[in-house]
Amino acid sequence: MLTKKQLFSKGFLSVAPHMLSVIPFGIICGAIGIELGFDPILVYALSIIIFGGASQIVFLQLLSGGASALIAVTSVGVINSRHLLYGAVLSEYLEKLSFIKKLLISYIVVDQGFAESNKFFMKNKTETHLHYHLIGSGVTLWIFWQLSTLAGIVLGSFVPEELGLKFAIPLTFIAIVVQDLKKLDHVIVMITCGLSSLLFFNAPFKSYIIISPVIALFVAALVLRLKK
Amino acid sequence: MTWLSIIIAGIITYFTRMTMVALVDRDLLGEKVKAVLAYVPSAVFPAIIFPGIFINDYGTFIEMNDPKIFGAIVAILVGYFSRNVIATILSGLTSYWVIIFLL
Repeated sequence: MLTKKQLFSKGFLSVAPHMLSVIPFGIICGAIGIELGFDPILVYALSIIIFGGASQIVFLQLLSGGASALIAVTSVGVINSRHLLYGAVLSEYLEKLSFIKKLLISYIVVDQGFAESNKFFMKNKTETHLHYHLIGSGVTLWIFWQLSTLAGIVLGSFVPEELGLKFAIPLTFIAIVVQDLKKLDHVIVMITCGLSSLLFFNAPFKSYIIISPVIALFVAALVLRLKK
Repeated sequence: MTWLSIIIAGIITYFTRMTMVALVDRDLLGEKVKAVLAYVPSAVFPAIIFPGIFINDYGTFIEMNDPKIFGAIVAILVGYFSRNVIATILSGLTSYWVIIFLL
């Protein structure tokens, strides 16, 4: 049985490598806000209030491009709706927590933290304080996100654009799913999602980010039926 | 106005994170739904990966000889065999840089 502290450190260690993509993305995210002419305090507030990289950039780009607040807010909601799926997966492991703890822990659920903690949960279902892993991964991502967006706001985009560091984002997620390429059912689901995301890329409100997972999950349900 | 929309966007985002964890009773989900949920990572992350590789900053498809495709293939191979996140990201980035800066 692992202690809370050990679980927290495991959570920290599991997302630490992802800082290779989180930090440059945070810097870009902060710098873009300033370049678009927004008040630095407002740009930084997004990192605390929304705390979701892609949606923060889209929000600022839409507003600066003259879109209505309604469109900007809707887009954020659509982009972040994928968290509903993460929550549904995590609820199995967080079931026993008190309501207040559930409310608090929800704030730090983000892509990489969900991905790494969920992997750990699947292998260690019997641990009592599992949620400390999620706290470790989530708090780590939160702190580095705050620091890197702040750096981008204060220092500007000091990461040379020629380096194309935005490419680190798909790479970080490749690292997360690559071992599932061993399983044919997962490969089918991944390809379905990937191709759908390209097909629906121009759908309004960036909705490809939730349309393609929904299609892929339907395919997953079909695959499960065929496996029986 | 901008502040108000940030706060509303923040509340909506928080609800996307909190609803399934704190408000929805897990027993409401049937066994079939729970089985399908095991595919969530495979069903979500390619929607971040594919556009990140195949679509450029201007929202159009890249050419098939784009260095990002090469970088992604290297990252997949290195990631698959090394099981190491840092090696996956760095191999993808460096192979991409080798092409854009050296070739």
